[in-house]
Amino acid sequence: MFKNIYNWIDERLDITPLWRDVADHEVPEHVNPAHHFSAFVYCFGGLTFFITVIQILSGMFLTMYYVPDIVHAYASVDYLQHQIPFGNIVRGMHHFGASLVIVMMFLHTLRVFFTGSYKAPREMNWVVGMLIFFIMLGLGFTGYLLPWDNKAYYATKVGVEIAASVPIIGEYIAKILYGGDIVGARTLTTFFAVHVFFLPGALIAMLAAHFIMIRKQGISGPL
Amino acid sequence: MSNHEQHDSEHQPIQRKDMSRRQFLSYTLGGTTAFMVGGAVLPMVRFAVDPLLAKGSESTLVKVLDESKVTTEPQEVRFKVHQVDAWYESETEKVAWISKDASNNVFALSPICKHLGCTVFWNTHGKSEYDCPCHDARYSKDGKNLAVANSPLDEYEVVVKDGVVYLGGIIPNTRA
Repeated sequence: MFKNIYNWIDERLDITPLWRDVADHEVPEHVNPAHHFSAFVYCFGGLTFFITVIQILSGMFLTMYYVPDIVHAYASVDYLQHQIPFGNIVRGMHHFGASLVIVMMFLHTLRVFFTGSYKAPREMNWVVGMLIFFIMLGLGFTGYLLPWDNKAYYATKVGVEIAASVPIIGEYIAKILYGGDIVGARTLTTFFAVHVFFLPGALIAMLAAHFIMIRKQGISGPL
Repeated sequence: MSNHEQHDSEHQPIQRKDMSRRQFLSYTLGGTTAFMVGGAVLPMVRFAVDPLLAKGSESTLVKVLDESKVTTEPQEVRFKVHQVDAWYESETEKVAWISKDASNNVFALSPICKHLGCTVFWNTHGKSEYDCPCHDARYSKDGKNLAVANSPLDEYEVVVKDGVVYLGGIIPNTRA
């Protein structure tokens, strides 16, 4: 039945080349762990993406219950984690996935560095990768505040104080991040907006650029 | 690829209804993928559909007024119930119209119109009926739907103990 539906659409829109172009491509021998087991290091980029997808999905579901308000944020997180079935799993995916995505991204960066894959003609992809790195750190920093517990509060305070130590513009950065003078209601809504809309939007755009470039240029050769 | 096929045809004339190596691999990979996707997605789906599966909150009986004050003419009573709405807990006000029927039974109607949920009032047009201001639905004193609405007004569960009327949860109308 699915085959018939697929064929019906394909006859009209010729969608086969679309997904072929995405899914069907050569995996060189030197990046295939079936040939050389040490090639597993080439999996870290894909794993980073896999966890990123999980982060986006679990984050979308978490916002069904979360409120970014200083009075109710903690209560809503407590509720979704302890009262909703599988709440601890969905929040756990987002919580532990956040750490894991940083680890995987770091390993991916190391692999790219030590295989020299950042060299010409792939310098732009390295730069985009670095931008993704900082977007991820930003996601981690802004997400950390959202449960509005003590750890969140002080981590944000310390983080913004560090940002405030930048010469000349530091205090303005701090003002923007705080949304005022204290870690409070406006800090929480600002961080929520940045965490849920601005950074994920930027992340998806950067990931698209990252993947288009790697497909265009191909995987770098063996050492 | 073509090399592979030649290899197969040379060594194994396929007669048994064996699964091909490719088919086995795609089933295995597909099954593993489905398992992993399911493991990731099912908790999130269960998390999201919780409103469908959650048990409704149970109602408690609330003291509203003395039985001696209930007359055959419906009167509006307001009472507070403790409401737990996820992470919000509050005292919320509810309204009931209490009266006695011909055989002196106390009953209480919910003024939520069964048409589209507005609030009805007793006798606003002087016809001894419940009238809805939104779409002119009308109900008898027993809550029977006379116009517009498709079903009678709901009742509150009523308990009379020691001369005091207590109201509980909403139940379907038993009188009309």
